[in-house]
Amino acid sequence: MSSITASRALAPVGTAGKLFAFGLDVMRGMFRRPFQMREFIQQAWFIASVTIIPTALVAIPFGAVIALQVGGLIKQFGAQSFTGSAAVLAVVREAGPIATSLLIAGAAGSAIAADLGARKIREELDAMMVLGIDPIQRLVVPRVLACMLVAFFLNGLVSVVGVSGGYVFNVVLQDGTPGSYIASFTALAQLPDLWQGMLKALVFGVIAAVVACYKGMNAAGGPKGVGDAVNESVVVTFMLLFIVNFVMSAIYFQLVPPKTG
Amino acid sequence: MGVEIKVEHLSKSFGKQLIWGDVTLTVPAGEICVMLGPSGTGKSVFLKTLIGLLKPDQGSILIEGTDIATCSEKDLYEIRKLFGVLFQDGAMFGSMNLYDNVAFPLREHTKKSESEIHEIVMEKMDLVGLLGAEDKLPGEISGGMRKRAGLARALVLDPEIVLFDEPDSGLDPVRTAFLNQLIVDLNAQIDATFLIVTHDINTARTVPDNIGLLYHRHLAMFGPREMLLSSEEPVVRQFLNAQRVGPIGMSEEKDADELAAEKDQELPPLPPIPLQLDPSNGMPRRSQRPPGEWCRENGVTPPPGSFNENMSMAVGG
Ligand SMILES: Nc1ncnc2c1ncn2[C@@H]1O[C@H](COP(=O)(O)OP(=O)(O)OP(=O)(O)O)[C@@H](O)[C@H]1O
Ligand SMILES: [Mg+2]
Repeated sequence: MSSITASRALAPVGTAGKLFAFGLDVMRGMFRRPFQMREFIQQAWFIASVTIIPTALVAIPFGAVIALQVGGLIKQFGAQSFTGSAAVLAVVREAGPIATSLLIAGAAGSAIAADLGARKIREELDAMMVLGIDPIQRLVVPRVLACMLVAFFLNGLVSVVGVSGGYVFNVVLQDGTPGSYIASFTALAQLPDLWQGMLKALVFGVIAAVVACYKGMNAAGGPKGVGDAVNESVVVTFMLLFIVNFVMSAIYFQLVPPKTG
Repeated sequence: MGVEIKVEHLSKSFGKQLIWGDVTLTVPAGEICVMLGPSGTGKSVFLKTLIGLLKPDQGSILIEGTDIATCSEKDLYEIRKLFGVLFQDGAMFGSMNLYDNVAFPLREHTKKSESEIHEIVMEKMDLVGLLGAEDKLPGEISGGMRKRAGLARALVLDPEIVLFDEPDSGLDPVRTAFLNQLIVDLNAQIDATFLIVTHDINTARTVPDNIGLLYHRHLAMFGPREMLLSSEEPVVRQFLNAQRVGPIGMSEEKDADELAAEKDQELPPLPPIPLQLDPSNGMPRRSQRPPGEWCRENGVTPPPGSFNENMSMAVGG
């Protein structure tokens, strides 16, 4: 009896270990030739097509909300000259990577898990292995790289759209001065902010794709299994991304001291 | 020349559920073997274990000196190039049309030009009667057609070992007859080792050189065709003659009451053993043995009327 509860309790550890081992396999697969260029381009195109529009639509209100909050707060402090800078900080450092991760996990990850899961239960993956082809090299590696690439660009997109959204909101609705919004950009924000946002996006891309592929390739039990795999992959990715985001932010603040205005 | 598969003391379970245990058999090089067994006895699992998709709990599978059960992933991918496999549902790649599906192994493993590939693909499509359907997606064709397309893909690299999971389920009787003839002709042509899982009794009786029967979590019997067809062993006899009387029930095994009720029932006599299906050019295959040889050598009297040209159940022959 106790062994059953123990094995239940330890099950997540086993799963985490398998997921990690899978990630290592993917890493190894990345250096194996031939590289699947066609699959990579197709996947990058596909992932971009399912994420770009939702991302842009999410980024605008994101930027506006931040401008609203920060604008209000900053007025209370009487530090209006920092409005632009604060918006940039918030969008580039946190909102960008988070919005990107939501879309990569929700839109791209679920699509990947569903696709691979369907292939798994139709025995296509088995057939591929029997034909002497490693599905990790053939299917997973291109998807992971495509996810990284798209996450990288999405992060850039969110930053640009978010900051512009904040600008429009600040200038048009809050009667801010256009010049000071832009001029204050560099007051608090600095270039490493951008780099860490981009790095986060790349890491999120890897995590989302690896989890989605792992879940998809281990789907079992018919069409219902595919549904479960998609569901689990989205939930697991969300949790992982928020944790990793926190850890990376914490490390960043240790490494790069905040600029003092 | 085909390759021998030597299976020793193989066991496989999923969790606590034992699928089959202590399976020992040798699939002789270049011969046709059929594996039978009631639904759910793990025939598909057996095939998947043979190609290393599932790891057995115990035992070994030797192919050309490599043990599939324990070898490295790299050796596994290497040894799989010897195999042509047809999965139970065809397992076609859903995103590619039939032509690309069949061309896939050629594009991945050979340096052939597109025109050479075209020629080979068309030849195999013709072989399985799918000319004209190259542009269809697997989702757009019937189950039987998917099976035949899977067959074409399995054969495209001229394999040394061919594993078929129910090639004839979902095919109409005419197609099944053609398919059986195709298997025999292919074996005569390329001398590959064939292992076929089937539920079709006619196929099992007329096509193979050897028959195996999986039943009740073990290999009930494996041996030359005539040995099983003349066997008095209750399970073998019941299964190969598609009878209701015997130890196999609707749910795998009959319970004691059912068996007791059957005890006094007269077993129907063994039907005569049909002739083996000849290749269409009439020349015997290399692994084919003269009719009745096994029975004579082992002092078994075949059921009356056996090996008679006229009673041959062989369709299409
Ligand atoms: N991946 C798996 N995980 C757990 N159990 C499995 C798995 N694959 C098969 N089984 C179980 O193994 C048993 C044998 O299945 P298998 O598909 O090999 O039967 P089969 O003999 O091919 O039947 P059929 O003639 O209907 O195709 C079944 O009870 C099935 O539930
Ligand atoms: Mg089966």
